[in-house]
Amino acid sequence: MKILKQIAQCLETGDDAAVPPLVSQALAEGLVPKTILDEGLIAGMNTVGERFRIHEIFLPDVLMAARAMYAGMDILKPLLIRSGISSRGRVVIGSVQGDLHDIGKNLVGIMLKGAGFEVIDLGNDVGAEKFVAAAKDHGALAIGMSALLTTTMPVMKEVVDRLKAEKLSDRIKTIIGGAPVSKGYADEIGADAYGYDCAQAVAGVKKLAEAVG
Amino acid sequence: MDPFLSRIGRGQVLLADGAIGSLLMARGLPRGAAPESINLSHPEVLEEIARLYLDAGAEIIQTNTFGASPLKLAAYGLDAETAAINENAVRAVRRAIGDRAYLSASCGPCGRMLKPYGDTDGEAVFASFRSQMKALVNAGVDMICIETMSDLGEARLAVEAVRSVAAAIPLMATMTFEATARGFFTIMGVTIEKACRELAAAGADLVGSNCGNGSRQMVAIAGEFRNFTALPLLIQANAGVPELRAGLVHYPETPEFMAGMVGELIAAGAAVIGGCCGTTPDHTRAMRRAVDDERRRRGDSPI
Repeated sequence: MKILKQIAQCLETGDDAAVPPLVSQALAEGLVPKTILDEGLIAGMNTVGERFRIHEIFLPDVLMAARAMYAGMDILKPLLIRSGISSRGRVVIGSVQGDLHDIGKNLVGIMLKGAGFEVIDLGNDVGAEKFVAAAKDHGALAIGMSALLTTTMPVMKEVVDRLKAEKLSDRIKTIIGGAPVSKGYADEIGADAYGYDCAQAVAGVKKLAEAVG
Repeated sequence: MDPFLSRIGRGQVLLADGAIGSLLMARGLPRGAAPESINLSHPEVLEEIARLYLDAGAEIIQTNTFGASPLKLAAYGLDAETAAINENAVRAVRRAIGDRAYLSASCGPCGRMLKPYGDTDGEAVFASFRSQMKALVNAGVDMICIETMSDLGEARLAVEAVRSVAAAIPLMATMTFEATARGFFTIMGVTIEKACRELAAAGADLVGSNCGNGSRQMVAIAGEFRNFTALPLLIQANAGVPELRAGLVHYPETPEFMAGMVGELIAAGAAVIGGCCGTTPDHTRAMRRAVDDERRRRGDSPI
């Protein structure tokens, strides 16, 4: 459909003003909200994510694309809820305690929303207790943790250990990322997944969602 | 001491110091606290660190003011203390070094994104940097170093804020680049060519790069800068890219390795060489010997 392609292109150009009228037009043409979400907004965000990954575009472009995506989501969300289409699940994310860097975490949040997850963003400087409590309160399937400082990484292990101690590790999975974090570290602390970049983080959460069922 | 810029103008290579944050943590800075909170509570620690780098042979000693702009301090509820935090940092270094080295004020990003992709107005960012610069200049710094910038708009506002307060103070401005298949870019998409042009136009005396890369990548970055500017270059590499070994942070580049790269950095055009994350006074000491060797080779006097 031409209009879905146009919506996707608006995300790539970061044209947030053009998205709502196009989404309304698509609805008027009889397209269902789920199709507009998947083949318009999510398709556009996937392209943006991929072009960011290969450094064809940069952070400002992703942030503008996200704004355009949210502008479309605002219209679709109530319709999706009314038509009983549920999200792919909830994910709690945050930068770990002591860490105020949030660019990477924010990007993952944007991409997860784009992939159809509900994201509960706890912000920066989040302690282990808060991560686990929020995941329980929201019935989240996963906790995504980001660190940019090597000194703050031990909080990730605290979360993993706490989930184990509370016998929650079957229901709530963990995924970690950030510049100093590695697959090796994830394995070492017993995290369920590691995301090298945004795309890997989203792929990782999708896999965890399947595992949790 | 000769004025800094006239020495650089004569082609002399100068050595700057290394990382501060890791030394602060080793001295009890709590996890999650603003590194600049130490300026209020324990300025004597800053004096000790400045002395360590001076004794190791650094000729430029930086202040602990990387995050001391009010916009950044607001994240910790410390913005009302901007003047005291900056002044204390300058005084502590001055007590340690007197006039045996140049005192350079560090200034990093404000932590907010500029409009349109962020939520913060350029005027607010400029005003924030300007109030930090006023405090630093009033306290008597020898030079200012704007560093670790990714957004050229923000870097330019910082440089302009310095110039609005002190028209002639020596001013260095560096950005953090990432190597990609298409060349070097900051995460905001700034090329080295564009950084050279706009930082010079805004009033920087030296341009260059810090953080994000180890020494070898920095040689390539310096070479790229040299392609686009005649300004002297400042290069401050990390001690490599950190790895975690048995739960402890490890920076792979040893003092000897970084000292071994000094010659290549100078050949690539660096006029001031220092260290960023992961470097220690031991790195400075080793690099001191390498810089002195280079100076002798060029007929300059060592330190």
